[in-house]
Amino acid sequence: MYDFTYHKPSDLNEAGQLLTNDEAKVVAGGMTLIPTLKQRLAQHSDLVDLSAIAELNGITQTDGVVRIGAMTTHSDVHHSELVRSSIPALADLAGQIGDVQVRNRGTIGGSIANADPAADYPAAVVGLGATVHTNQRDISADDFFTAMFETALGDGEIITAVSFPVPDKAGYAKFANPASRYAIVGVMVAHTQGETRVAVTGAAGSVFRASEMEQALADDFSAEAVRSIAVASDEFNSDIHASAEYRGHLVSVMAARAVMAAG
Amino acid sequence: MTVSISFQLNGTPTQLEVPDSQLLSEALRQGGSTGTHIGCDTSQCGACVVHVDGQSVKSCTLLTAQVDGKSVTTIEGLANAEDMHPMQQAFKNHHGLQCGFCTPGMVMSAIDLVNHHPDPDEKQIREWLEGNICRCTGYHNIVKAVQHGAQMMKEV
Ligand SMILES: Cc1cc2nc3c(=O)[nH]c(=O)nc-3n(C[C@H](O)[C@H](O)[C@H](O)COP(=O)(O)OP(=O)(O)OC[C@H]3O[C@@H](n4cnc5c(N)ncnc54)[C@H](O)[C@@H]3O)c2cc1C
Ligand code: FES
Ligand code: FES
Repeated sequence: MYDFTYHKPSDLNEAGQLLTNDEAKVVAGGMTLIPTLKQRLAQHSDLVDLSAIAELNGITQTDGVVRIGAMTTHSDVHHSELVRSSIPALADLAGQIGDVQVRNRGTIGGSIANADPAADYPAAVVGLGATVHTNQRDISADDFFTAMFETALGDGEIITAVSFPVPDKAGYAKFANPASRYAIVGVMVAHTQGETRVAVTGAAGSVFRASEMEQALADDFSAEAVRSIAVASDEFNSDIHASAEYRGHLVSVMAARAVMAAG
Repeated sequence: MTVSISFQLNGTPTQLEVPDSQLLSEALRQGGSTGTHIGCDTSQCGACVVHVDGQSVKSCTLLTAQVDGKSVTTIEGLANAEDMHPMQQAFKNHHGLQCGFCTPGMVMSAIDLVNHHPDPDEKQIREWLEGNICRCTGYHNIVKAVQHGAQMMKEV
């Protein structure tokens, strides 16, 4: 690891101040950033640890919206009674990320800021039509993920929380890489106040909405309605784990399973 | 750059002056707690698992600076005096190890599991040990050991 200076600010303003230095970087759970630093794939002059900023942690619900602080761990989302009762699909998704030790450290803010094409949370954020809150503004899910490992966040912008509207129905299914548990393909389907969303992670460079499936489910919310819909897979990821064509096939299968999970 | 931190290590108040970029796994081993193993050093094998404030974490993916003010338990902190911790004893009884390299991490993860689920079934055990890789045993005896260790933990 290249050397850096470690900071642990206790409030958001101080963190924002430290991040005006464009060589500085936020560290949340460190489950992606620390391995990256160890491999010397990145170099930062300063690391700004957000773990002492109390307002970034915790889960609340008001007026049909579940708000999850950016520093809330995957374990806390998975074990939250509130999430389990309002959005069980989200609690299930969090429990499928990596392994126990990754879930004990990794955070929702870190996961979506990183925007790994195979990460699970992007499917939830887009599929449930969430809003990402930062120390500067609110960003809608559809505008947040812009490309592989790219988001709408500006330099030094800090995610503070993610708000999920409580869906009428939602389900998540993923075909996991058996070694890492990252999604080879993961699909979140949700029906929220008359709107149907289908978000696909793992298949392409970035999470995307399968609009043909959304239309089919709006007419008939059943596994049969999506099982036979093939998505165009020419641009999909292709690697030793799965070809683009196979990922395309998995999207239809996972979409059908997600609908079944939604009940 | 260095940073001064104080934390509990196996119940003992500990002060350290460490490089900002030092990993907890390095600090523990340099301090003599060599039961914490470094296997992959890429966050995957679980040989380095310790507890921070009671939760199992991979110490190769945590900065020493991040445990300031916290309580860290390593494999050395489990046993009192001569006696093994019941989970260690169960691994011994059930031949839950061969080379033993993965064992400290396995035991630390297993205890975190039992703290959440005092009567884990096989599926839960295999799920909770997802982050711990063993190249020797084939896992069956580890699962048996954890099941028995959970029962023995109730008796102490
Ligand atoms: C072995 C292993 C298996 C894994 N399996 C999965 C899996 O199955 N599915 C999955 O989805 N993920 C998986 N992950 C990733 C894991 O979910 C991490 O949570 C995620 O990579 C990043 O979260 P973090 O909190 O650790 O962020 P960090 O590593 O601390 O940070 C990641 C990036 O986000 C930035 N960042 C962090 N927080 C904020 C914030 N609040 N505002 C702005 N920027 C921020 C950082 O600067 C950095 O660039 C796995 C990781 C490992 C090591
Ligand atoms: S050495 Fe930490 S997970 Fe392998
Ligand atoms: S006993 Fe050798 S790696 Fe597990």
